[in-house]
Amino acid sequence: MSNKKEWPLWEVFIRGKQGLNHKHVGSLRASDYKMAVDNARDVYTRRSEGVSIWVVESSNLYASDPDEAASFFEPADSKIYRHPTFYDVPDDISHM
Amino acid sequence: MNNKLFEYTLRIADDSLILGQRLSELCGHGPILEEDIALTNISLDLIGQATNLLEYAASIENKQRDADKLAFLRVDKEYKNSLLVEQPNGDFGSTIVRQFLFDSFRRPFFEALASSTDESLAAIAKKSLKETKYHLKHSSEWVIRLGDGTSESHQRVQKSIDVLWRYHSDLFYEDEVDLALVSENIAPSFKEIKKEFNQHVLAVLEEATLKLPDNNWEFTGGRKGMHSEHLGHLLAEMQYMQRAYPNMEW
Repeated sequence: MSNKKEWPLWEVFIRGKQGLNHKHVGSLRASDYKMAVDNARDVYTRRSEGVSIWVVESSNLYASDPDEAASFFEPADSKIYRHPTFYDVPDDISHM
Repeated sequence: MNNKLFEYTLRIADDSLILGQRLSELCGHGPILEEDIALTNISLDLIGQATNLLEYAASIENKQRDADKLAFLRVDKEYKNSLLVEQPNGDFGSTIVRQFLFDSFRRPFFEALASSTDESLAAIAKKSLKETKYHLKHSSEWVIRLGDGTSESHQRVQKSIDVLWRYHSDLFYEDEVDLALVSENIAPSFKEIKKEFNQHVLAVLEEATLKLPDNNWEFTGGRKGMHSEHLGHLLAEMQYMQRAYPNMEW
């Protein structure tokens, strides 16, 4: 980017309907949280995608380090006993 | 009475149609991506309102002119929109001030029209009111941001108010058409609406550190089909396809 001052970046989370979680849908630029909510409404809910909006300034998010992915996530791969797959599910229980 | 109801419905429809067309010119040209989408959304809301209103107008007229024919095949003098909505987009501040003055009028207007004894107009007003409330929030916040922003944005948006304020009285133009419908409780009287308009405009301008211009030069005529030169250029573009390829559809 040039040295032109840009508005901060915001991450947008939308709740699809009552009872569901807010989900990350994308990001946008806005000068403050009010404008961010309005812009999110205009950009991400045009097709009735949601009933509630959260915005978080991207600079307030902290992420895991991709270089640490191996030590972070791979140890879980070998712990199959953490999945509840050792139970016999009776035949007449559906949706499991 | 049907002639008057047709005329009245056309005035409301044309405000939405012409402002919708104006805003659509900005599609792909907004100052930032997010605002580009916001203005286009508003444009589509207005064109949707115009569709409902013109369909109703066509049914009142009952002369085998449908909504499309009313939208695309009239000459400029037959359009009854207010002078404000046909004014060019200008810079972003000017687009926003035009929108702000219009939305400030439209919110109390639709609120009042929602209790019209004419069921179709009441239903359209109720539906449009939800959209209009958001438009007003959007344009009011921008007036405040620009007015109370940098000295450059303040000076430019103040200039837009000085220029566009002269067209606001055309929104409240009242003649025998309105008066006849007011007496039937079909149309709301403009008295209360103007009061609410003034209150909202003044409150927002104060917060935005802006003011109304000193001179009270006023233009009217749009409701009678007497337009500024800008409308003809707008119509040329809007009507081109139907004029060049009559009855084309896609």
